Parts: sequence; C-alpha cells; structure tokens
Amino acid sequence: MDLLTLITFLPLATGLVLVALSRLLPARTWRWVGLAGTLLTFLLSLQLWAGFDPAQGGYQFLHHVPWIPSYGIHWFVGIDGMSLLLVVLTTFLMPLALLGSWTDIEKSPRSFVFFNLFLETGMLGAFVSLNLFQFYVFWEVMLIPMYFIIGIWGGPRRIYAAMKFFLFTMAGSLLMLIAMLVLYFLHAEQFAGALNFDLIAAPGASTAGLLDTLVPIAENAAVPWWKTQAWLFFAFALAFGVKVPIVPLHTWLPDAHVEAPTAGSVVLAAVLLKMGTYGFVRFALPLFPVAAETYAPVIFTLAVIGILYGSLVAMVQKDIKKLVAYSSVAHLGFVMIGIFALNEEGLQGSILQMVNHGLSTGALFLLVGMIYGRRHTRDIADFGGIAKPMPVFAALFGIVVMSSIGLPGLNGFVGEFLILAGAFLVSPWIAVAATFGVVLSAVYLLWMYRRVFFGPCDNPENMGLLDLGLREKAVVVALLVPIVWIGVYPDPFLTRLEASVGDLLHRMEKTASAARSEAQPSEVHQAGAARSEAQGAEDLAAIRYGRSPR
Amino acid sequence: MVETAATSELLRCIVLLPLIGAVVHGVMLGLVRRELPRGLVIAISCLAPALAFLVTLVAFFQLRDLPAGQTALVDGVYTWIGAGRLVAEMSFLFDPLSAVMCLIVTGVGTLIHVYSIGYMDDDHRDDGGFQRFFCYLNLFLAAMLLLVLGDNLLVMFLGWEGVGLCSYLLIGFWFGDRWNAYCGMKAFVVNRIGDFGFLIGIFLILWALADAGGATLDFREIQAAMPAIVERTVAVPTWLGGEWRLTTLIGLCLFVGAVGKSAQIPLYVWLPDAMAGPTPVSALIHAATMVTAGIYMVCRMSFLYAEAPGASAVIAWTGAITALFAATMAIAQTDIKKVLAYSTVSQLGYMFLAAGCGAYSAAIFHVGTHAFFKALLFLGSGAVILALHHEQDTDKMGGLRRHLPWTHKLFAIGVLAIIGFPGLSGFFSKDEVLLAAYTAHVPGHQALWAIGVLTAGITAFYMCRLHFRTFFGESRVPQDIVHHGIHEPANTVLVPLAVLAFFSIFAGLAGFPDPYGEQLGVPESNSLAHFLEPVLAQPPHHVELATELGLAALATTMAALGAGLAWFLYVSRPELPARFRARLSALHRLVENKYYVDELYDALIVRPLVGISDRVLFRGIDAGLIDGVVINGSARTVRGLASGVLKYAHGGLAQGYLVTMVVGTLAVLAWLLRG
Repeated sequence: MDLLTLITFLPLATGLVLVALSRLLPARTWRWVGLAGTLLTFLLSLQLWAGFDPAQGGYQFLHHVPWIPSYGIHWFVGIDGMSLLLVVLTTFLMPLALLGSWTDIEKSPRSFVFFNLFLETGMLGAFVSLNLFQFYVFWEVMLIPMYFIIGIWGGPRRIYAAMKFFLFTMAGSLLMLIAMLVLYFLHAEQFAGALNFDLIAAPGASTAGLLDTLVPIAENAAVPWWKTQAWLFFAFALAFGVKVPIVPLHTWLPDAHVEAPTAGSVVLAAVLLKMGTYGFVRFALPLFPVAAETYAPVIFTLAVIGILYGSLVAMVQKDIKKLVAYSSVAHLGFVMIGIFALNEEGLQGSILQMVNHGLSTGALFLLVGMIYGRRHTRDIADFGGIAKPMPVFAALFGIVVMSSIGLPGLNGFVGEFLILAGAFLVSPWIAVAATFGVVLSAVYLLWMYRRVFFGPCDNPENMGLLDLGLREKAVVVALLVPIVWIGVYPDPFLTRLEASVGDLLHRMEKTASAARSEAQPSEVHQAGAARSEAQGAEDLAAIRYGRSPR
Repeated sequence: MVETAATSELLRCIVLLPLIGAVVHGVMLGLVRRELPRGLVIAISCLAPALAFLVTLVAFFQLRDLPAGQTALVDGVYTWIGAGRLVAEMSFLFDPLSAVMCLIVTGVGTLIHVYSIGYMDDDHRDDGGFQRFFCYLNLFLAAMLLLVLGDNLLVMFLGWEGVGLCSYLLIGFWFGDRWNAYCGMKAFVVNRIGDFGFLIGIFLILWALADAGGATLDFREIQAAMPAIVERTVAVPTWLGGEWRLTTLIGLCLFVGAVGKSAQIPLYVWLPDAMAGPTPVSALIHAATMVTAGIYMVCRMSFLYAEAPGASAVIAWTGAITALFAATMAIAQTDIKKVLAYSTVSQLGYMFLAAGCGAYSAAIFHVGTHAFFKALLFLGSGAVILALHHEQDTDKMGGLRRHLPWTHKLFAIGVLAIIGFPGLSGFFSKDEVLLAAYTAHVPGHQALWAIGVLTAGITAFYMCRLHFRTFFGESRVPQDIVHHGIHEPANTVLVPLAVLAFFSIFAGLAGFPDPYGEQLGVPESNSLAHFLEPVLAQPPHHVELATELGLAALATTMAALGAGLAWFLYVSRPELPARFRARLSALHRLVENKYYVDELYDALIVRPLVGISDRVLFRGIDAGLIDGVVINGSARTVRGLASGVLKYAHGGLAQGYLVTMVVGTLAVLAWLLRG
C-alpha cells in the first residue's frame, strides 16, 4: 500500500478497529492501542523523512488514484519539504498529546481516544492532499472530532467555545468553497473543459493541474470581479486567516484553548493553527501570486498588529492557559510575516517556525495541563514559589519558556531570526515593528514564570505539590529533544525546505508574469466593453484556450 | 582576507569545556534528581574553566607564533543557520582582540569559580543549590566564550543572549525571595530592549550587504565589504537631519544593544538591582566579564565605527555622561554592593568614552584592568558580607580592619587601583582613556575630558568613603553579629583575592605608555596596544611626554582631592556627613533614590502599558468590541432572524447547521456515486 495513504489512514483505522472489536475492552486497552497506533504512524513518517530527497524541488511520494474521475476528484497525495515537516510534526505530537492526558480523562475515555485518532487522520489528510476537493474534505472533517473534543471533555464553558470554534471556521471556509468552485470552472474554461481538482498533473498524465490555471488580475476590465485573483485570494485568505488566526478573526482561539482538554489544546495550537498558515503557502500563494504580492502589505500590517496586540493582551491575562493562547496569536503573526516576505529566508523561517511553535506551545500546553491536573486551577495568582516543591517541572517549564521567547540556541530563535531577516529585506519598518514583539514575548512569559515559580511558596495548597512523574518527564523531554536540536543544528530541517521553497517562489514568479502579460492586451477588451457580457467572456475564453497546457 | 588565518580546533574546546560541565550538572539535577557529592561538583565545575584557561593559553602561544601575515586562528565547526542568502557558520575566531578577552574571561572566571566554593559553602545544603549554582556558572562561562570567540555577529548574539540568560538565572538564584526574582526578570527584559537594537543592527547589515553583493554576518567579510556601504546614506526624519550615513545608523543600532548589556544610560537600571544575586556572580558577570560585552562588541566592529563618526560621538558622550551620572549616584549609597555596582556602571562609561573616541585598545585595556580590580573589590566585599553573616549595609560596618586584616589590605589594593593611584593598573588604563578623550576628534572632546577628570575625583571620593566606612572608624556592627564572631574567610576565598590583587597592581604594565617607555629605554612598551594593532586601529596622533605627564598629574591630583575629602569627612570628622545630610536633605534624597529613574520608568512606561493592554486592548477591543458587539451581536441578530422568519428551522443555530451539512454532504455523495 502507498506509504502516504497508509500514514494518513492508520490512525483512523486503529480507531475503527477499536470500535469494531468491542466497546467492552477496558479503557486502558483503548489508550494503549491508540498510543501504539499513533506511535506506529510516527515511525512510518520517519520513513518519509529518511526517504525524502531534499535536493528535489517538486512533490515526492506521489500517489494518484481516480476517485470520481468525471469531476476531476481524485485521491491524490504527495509531499514536498514543507508538508513533510508538518506531517512529521503531527505524527510526533499525537502520541505525546495522548500520553500527556493519560490520566486526565475520566468521562468516556474510549471516545476520547477515538476522536483523537480521527483527528490525526483529518490533519494528516489535509497536509498530504494534492487535490483541492480532497483537501477541503479533510479541512472540514477535522472540525468534527475537534468540536467533540472541546464540547465533551472541555471546561465549564465548553459548549460556547466549541460552537464558536466551529462557526468561525465554517464561516471562513464557506467562502473558500465558493472560490474553489470558481477556480475549478476557470480551469475548465482554460483547458478545454477539463474538470480537475488536482493541483498538479497526475504522475504520468499530460493533463494540467489547478496550479497551471491562469487566474486573471483585475486590470482587465472584461473579467468579472469574482474571477479575479484579488477576490479569490480574499476568499481563501479569510478561511485560512480564521485558522491562523489573524487579528481580528482570533477571538475563537482563547476560548477554544482555555476550554479544551490538554490534548485538545496541544493539537489545536501545534497543528490545527498551522492549517491556516500552511493553506497560505500551499494554495493562496501559488494560485494567486499577483494578489499575494499586492496584498502583502495588508497582511504585514495585520500580522504586526497581531504580534503586538497578542503580546500585550497576553501580558495582562490572569489564566496561564489564556496567556499561552494569546501568545499563539503573536507567534503566528511572525509566521505570517515570514510567508509574505515572499523570499527564501522568510518562507523557510516561517515553515520552520510553524514546527517550532508546534513544539514549544504544544509543550507549554502540556505543562500547563500537568499543573492543572494537580491543582485544578490555572489562575496565576493561585501559584507562587512552586519551583521549590517542583524543581524539575520548573526547570523544564523554564526551558520551554525560553524556547518560546526565542532564546538563541533553542528552536524559536532560528525561525524568528530568518523570518525577521527575510521581512527586513523587503519591508524594513514592518520587520522593526515585529522585532519589538521579541521584547514583549520576554515580558509576558517571564512575568508569568516569575509569578508562578518564584517568590515564597506561601500557599499551603502549593507546598505539597508532587514533582513530575516518569511519564510526564518523558513527554516533556521528548519535546525538548527537537527544541534543542533545531536550535543548535537546524540544517537537516532547512535543507529539506530549501528546494521546495525555491520551487514555490519560482513558480509564483512564472505564474505572476504570465498573469501580468495576459492583462496587457486589455485595450482590445476595453474597446468592446459595450458588447454584452457573455460575448466578452467568450472572447476571453477564446484567448485563454489558445494557451497550451504545459 | 580568509587566508590570513590559520585553523585550530582548540577553539571549540575552549567553549565546550565549560559547556560540558554545565550539561553534566544540568542533567544530574534536572533529570536524574541526584546531587553529586560536593567534591565531584567542585572538581567538574572548577576544572572546566581551569582547563579552558590552559587551552586558551596554548591557543595564545599558537597565535603569537603564527608566521607573518597570519593574524588569527579560526575554527569552523558547522553551518548553523543557512537559508537563502543568509548563511551563518558556527565558527570561532581567535585574533589578538578575542585572545585578550578570552584570557580575562577564563582567568578571572577560574578564580571566581574557586572563590565560589568557599562562598557558596553554607548555602542550600540539601536542595541542590550548590550544584545548581555551579551549573549556571559554567553555562555562563560557555556563553561568554561563545560571545567572545564568535566569528560572526550571529554566534556573538548567541553568546550575547546566553550570558543574559545566565545573568537572569543567577540574579534570581535565591528565587524564594520575590525581590531577587523581580531583579532577574528586570535584567533580562531591559537587556532584551537593548537586543532589539542589536537585532535591527544585524538586519541592517544584512540588508545593506544583500544589495552590495552578498549578505554576510562574518566579521572579516563585513570588514572586506565595508567599501561598498561606506558611502551609502539613508533617509531619516528631517528633525534628525534628513539624511544619515548608513554606517552611523548601523552603529547606533548595535550600540543600543551595547547600552543594554553594558548598563549605560538609559538602560543602566538593571545593573544595580542585579546585585540581588550571590556576590561571586556580581564579580564575574556584573563587573568583570558580561557587562563589558558591549565594549567588546564596539571594538569588534571598530572598522565600522571608524567609518561612523556620528555613532562614535554618541558612544563617547553616552559613556562620559553615564560615568559622571553613575558616580554621583554611588556617593549616597550605603549598601556595599550597590556602591560597587554604580561604580561599575561608571567605569563602563569610561570604556565607552575611550571607544567612542576611537581609542579601542585603551577601552580594552580598561576592560582588562577593571576586570581585575573590580572582581577584587566585589570578592572582597563578599568576604566582608560572609564575615558579617550576610550583612551588606555599611551603616552596620566600620572598624572591620581589626577583625579582617587580610581582607582589609586586599580591598585597599582594589580601591587604590580603581582610583588611579600612580603605578597601579587603574592609573595607566584611566590615563589612556582620558588621554584619548583629550586628543580625540569628537565634537566637544575637551568637555568629555573634563567630565572624565571630574568623575575620577568623584570616584576617588566614593570609593574611599566606602573603604573608610567599612574598615575604619568605630564599629557599628550589631551586637548579635559580633556575638556570632567575625572571622577572616576560608583560603579558597582569600587566595583568589590575592591573585586578583597581584594583577590589580601589575596589570597596568601591559599598557605602559610608549612615551614613558621611550624615556626608560623600552621601545613599544605599550605591548597591549601593539598586540591589538592588527585588529584595532590606533588613533593616529603622537603624544608628547609632557602632555601625557601633565594629564596624568591633573587626574591624580583630582583623585587625591577626592580621597582626601573622604578621609576628612569619614575618618577625621565623622560627625560632619550627618550634618550635611540634614542641610541638603532634598538633594541627598534625590541622589539616594537614584534620581527616581526607576519610578519614572514605572510611571511613564510600565504602568501605562499594562493599563492600556488590560483596559483598552483586552477588555475594550477583544472582549468588548470583537466578541461583545460583532460576534455575539451578529449571533443574536441571526438568532432573531431565525426565530422570526425561519421558524421551522428552530432548535439552535449549530444544530440546524450540522443537520444541513450532513444531509447536504450525503446528498452530494449519493449523487456523485450514482453511476
């Protein structure tokens, strides 16, 4: 069986087997089998890591199976360096998330395991999809398990949070669905009516993919507005922007994070948010390069607002988990800036930073979960001086905080530095403003760390706190390994990104110049502006069909 | 450029040795949860810097014996960060400049490690505090060596932030006290503000060089590329002059980093509070090594500052004003370590004064001598503090020379060295600095010189005041401390003091001024400056012997006046200061409270920022506007619509939505799969 397909469905298959075998198996067995399934998935994904050829720019491990061929819907998977990193991040974090909430879940623990496995398949499927329809299916499917994880195992306001999460994402993606269909028919218009959702040509086939579609730019008056790059980009950006989240679309995130159980928060922060940024890189940039370039300043501005706003709001939070949630808003702002720097430094930095944020924020949520499990509060004011009873916890928490602050030598710095350097090369002032966020991250995280861990341990409830057990230590240390590795020797990661990022930029440049030259003969059409719209569209189509599929 | 350097794999060992020490301690403490026996902890943590010192010596001789034309050792380990146009190697550079710094860091570092054995002996006997302390100390040394040995700005920045981390950890070492934890955090955050400037400087260099043919952060490559960017200018707001040289802008940005790390105005506020850490930490990190990193960076980038006269003038003036300002604050302090802290800020100001005047080797000279005598003073104060069972207030000291004769004598050597007693190390290095100001081509250099001389007088006053109040006069030691006994500290404490005292006396000979040397028949007697010449350009002027002697005499007179005044006020007529205090109570309070700068920052920056974030951003925009009005408002509207118009779809928004979605999906699937 194809490796990517296997990796994608192994978690769900594990879950289904569990369901099929018997609900009567003890919850313990469910947990162990679930853990085994995720671990096996991780091991398989390491095979991807090993087998991936970093020198090659395009997609690898391609697998194409006709699904509904008459509509261009296929099972089409493949990865490049960017999706490779995110796939491995996902498979690496999933077992840790399960282990991290090993003892927390009391209410229907079996379903909890099942939904987590279901969720993993959803996320992996989205990362490996090379068919837009297939991507959309996974993009939406992923919501269902997450909705239940928050809604069933969440905190007191879980229903509100789950609903908010669901509606925000849904509202965003509906517009994307429409844009996808526009794109789909645009593609058909240009390629002799060929219906295809595949991003690129299937292996061995000569058909064109969606990425070969020439999306017109607005300079051409004969093109209706809803077919232009600007509007399609906007529709995609809205869907992805909610997920990232870009300020002001972010208010679902603190609620979802605070209410979600530990495993939910970890996955939400570490992987689900990356769906948004990944969506920009995978779809929005190569499909609408001109719009991406044109609206980069808008995104820059929003991202910088996100960094400063997220940091300042994080600073005044009283709940540790909410603080970490707002810090995500700030960190993802960095990622957005790097992406829209549209150069190799920024993009490589951004994708690395997606992984970094997954590791450090994932670790932070796990650690917060551990203290919550002991004290059943996350209020900063309830703590103080707990470095005394919990020295190991304090030390590990401290290292993760430093990674999140972007201390050189740990992972966060490498990503942030590349992002800021890349941004500075195109837009110095944006980079300067964003760099100020680096100062703020130290303020809010260290302030929280000081109030929780330092000072006298004078609350009697904190004096007897037990330090981390073996399982908990193992989970955190497992996360520290890549945190230090990327900080000290990021080369294996960066080399895997190099060719893919170069390929993306090259493709964008090519498509953008094609779209621009397409817009040139616009005088012809302006003359005919009086003619009926249908006629104009026909003319345009005639011009387009002349383009030979690659 | 590159062929002027030989390869040597010794350099990585210098960094790795203390790093290994730190990692061993860290793993034992953090994961194994087993404190090693004390003997083993001492062996590991003191051997690491001692070996690093020996390796540095070997490298130093290798460097000295390099064939003509080669002026540096390099050690490229691996590519650290490489993406697009940006490549930063993990590589080390050992040229005369880093050699001098490295010797100081490992040498003084080793002594302070030994001293710490005695100082930390009675601390935290059971919870691993002893080992934790040495873990941080070793880690600090590794980071400091990275900073010094880094071959490019990024490795330097790695060390730069690393020492900041260790400083944070060590200031807050006794974290059970809220104040210590607060001071540690303050140090880190203030340094981060400086690092913000440092980072912008790095980006500016990348940006400028990317246009000029190749982005690089490698010091020697930047130097080689300087001609391409020297002529470039950047537009700045008209009230700043409309147009600046790019080098000036870069220089100023990097200097912001130095201002943070080396505690200059306006970012000096963290250093006095950093005294919350154990005394060996104050000596090593907050006097001898880390805080001089800013000066080291300016000297390392001297090829850039030489082309940035505007930035250099700012550096010189910042240094001079800080020197004076901090010295006045030291006058009214009663905490023995606080006095030394302000004195450190003031001395760092001297170093920047020299660097800003283009006398980079004079700056490094003062870094070196200051490392010895300030470490001596701090460790001496630590011996006093230890003898008085952790009492730091000089109001509760006095007459201690009877109880602590050795400490008294050694401390006196430190005092004499810092006030520039003729012949001692501080005399030579301070004169070099003042001479540099006197002859510099910086706007207002006479004023700079005058400030320097005035500060020398104040320095002599407050240092002698400190010494007299501690060791002379009537004892003010509280009875309970006297009852416990006041004893000279252990030998592990005294021996490092003696070694430092030796260097405080004689280290000045390394920079014996050429004009004096010529008189004595020793050509090129300023061996330090000549050793540094391949890296640090000398100011071109030649100085007459008479000028040199005249300036020295003036500064010495000034110092003598200050010292004499202190003797008069605190030994002959000890009742006078109280009367002055009563007369000038407003002024005294202003100085004693450090001009209320901390309070000012708190009122102007910290509280408004927290207030706005909480009330406007969080409660106002996030919870109020976005969630309250837009989201919940539209939800209410939709619900209203739904109940009004679409009565049949009752049952809540999400359920309806879910049902519609599931039905729709099934319908589509059925339709698609029909054939």
